[in-house]
Amino acid sequence: MSLSSLTIAAARDGLATGDFTSVDLTEACLAAIDGADALNTFVHKTPDIALSQARAADGRRGSGAGALNGIPLGIKDLYCTKGVASQAASNILKGFRPEYESTVTRQLWDAGAVMLGKLNMDEFAMGSSNETSAYGNVVSPWRRSNDSTALTPGGSSGGSAAAVAADLCLAATGTDTGGSIRQPAAFTGIVGIKPTYGRCSRWGIVAFASSLDQAGPMTKTVRDAAILLQAMAGHDPKDSTSADLAVPDFEAALTGDIRGKKIGIPREYRMEGMPVEIETLWTDGVAMMRDAGAEIVDISLPHTKYALPAYYVIAPAEASSNLARYDGVRYGHRARLAAGDGITQMYEKTRAEGFGKEVQRRIMIGTYVLSAGFYDAYYNRARKVRSLIKRDFELVFAIGIDAILTPATPSAAFGLGEMADADPVAMYLNDVFTVTVNLAGLPGIAVPTGLDHQGLPLGLQLIGRPWDEAGLLNHAYVLERAAGFVSKPAKWW
Amino acid sequence: MSIDIDTARKVAKLARIRVEEADLPALAGELSGILGFMAQLNEVNVTGIEPMTSVTPMRLKRRADQVTDGGYQDRILSNAPDAREGFFAVPKVVE
Repeated sequence: MSLSSLTIAAARDGLATGDFTSVDLTEACLAAIDGADALNTFVHKTPDIALSQARAADGRRGSGAGALNGIPLGIKDLYCTKGVASQAASNILKGFRPEYESTVTRQLWDAGAVMLGKLNMDEFAMGSSNETSAYGNVVSPWRRSNDSTALTPGGSSGGSAAAVAADLCLAATGTDTGGSIRQPAAFTGIVGIKPTYGRCSRWGIVAFASSLDQAGPMTKTVRDAAILLQAMAGHDPKDSTSADLAVPDFEAALTGDIRGKKIGIPREYRMEGMPVEIETLWTDGVAMMRDAGAEIVDISLPHTKYALPAYYVIAPAEASSNLARYDGVRYGHRARLAAGDGITQMYEKTRAEGFGKEVQRRIMIGTYVLSAGFYDAYYNRARKVRSLIKRDFELVFAIGIDAILTPATPSAAFGLGEMADADPVAMYLNDVFTVTVNLAGLPGIAVPTGLDHQGLPLGLQLIGRPWDEAGLLNHAYVLERAAGFVSKPAKWW
Repeated sequence: MSIDIDTARKVAKLARIRVEEADLPALAGELSGILGFMAQLNEVNVTGIEPMTSVTPMRLKRRADQVTDGGYQDRILSNAPDAREGFFAVPKVVE
């Protein structure tokens, strides 16, 4: 067994007892990464940085060591990392090397973590299958039991999910705007948590939709999610929306005791045409929570159906504003200009060449819904519906619901290219169970709980009260233990 | 609500993304499809509902109006496609 397959918790123990060093761990990960180019997860490898950080970590053992001392991680390409290519999987940021470090990654390095490299993703985090990346598709390490079709790891944090599932790193960072941590986690049989909006600083993370984006960990276990989130979270004066709240001890909250807690089961998440396997998975999850002593309560979140259309107004609107900065002037790609081209031609050609198709589509939708005459009909109406979606959750929390259990995705992972001819809306439906959580700013976690008839992972989602990641993680810990999911993809790469 | 070719051309112009004339019909079709999906929002009664402005109820923090950063022009310019004499360079803007 390679050291790269360890959890953060196990590696922490092994480092403490001296069974191995951070250099041993890091070399194991670097070897696994070099042997997994077929998955296309690590798009910028940083072995020199990794080994130098690992050596420093080995010199810091004992009291001077941070909580993640010597732990090798993968970083989603959306995070700006000083001096290391950070291009949000877009050609428009080709060659961009930030002169600064994102707050979340700085906190990770301060805690002693080791950076293995940058991870593939959908371009600007816009996608649910990692097929919009300028680096090409990520291939899931999972395959159906009876064929070798290349499958999607999900998106947008598809590189992070595939790298963790394939044991190329101990854990990875992701970001989640509509489900981009939880959907790929569910597709690859790992754990992913999107914290409450404001729990992690967004500073230095390339912006997609600023009122929805959150950073979060993608890990092999719930305990690892608690450990990694601890290091990522916290107030940052450089992000005015980051919450000035104390961060509780998430790992200490994993008591495994949820007796007397109220788990809400929202009837609106029972979608028409939902596969029987997803239905069964959910029913089994409900039984697990009940057996653990929780009280199961049927609840209603009446505006659920309107979450996706509201999201696909609000997110593109914010994206069209955020992505206005890519103009070929200050960084990234600039188109080659013809004689007589002025600044408008420079903008238009640069953005046409630099942005992929899906990103262009979302910028234009956002431009349209924000344009004069349509602002009220689309954008303001969507923001009102968003208020109603948030109120749905507030009402059930007000009657004492501690957490809400739902499926994480409407299906298992699909084949790469299978959705190519579908209309864009069909792809958007992947986020049907996750997107409400971003609109309401709540914490949500995906936990692997079973396999489908083709041997592919399926996950459930737990949604928590605002700022109650500690309670949410404990509920997820109970679910994880009861489900006992231990499957790993068989190595073919 | 559907988007015709003229509207698609106008949106592309506003977004400063060059779209070839031949690609406009397909773009108009795609944008119309997405807007059709959004039309579901018209079913919701939003009378008296305030549009959400803040995800979590918090006051935006204020800070002292002070210069806390800066003084590294070379680093700011280091990623520019065209930087000359300490400036970002662009095609001629004013005749």
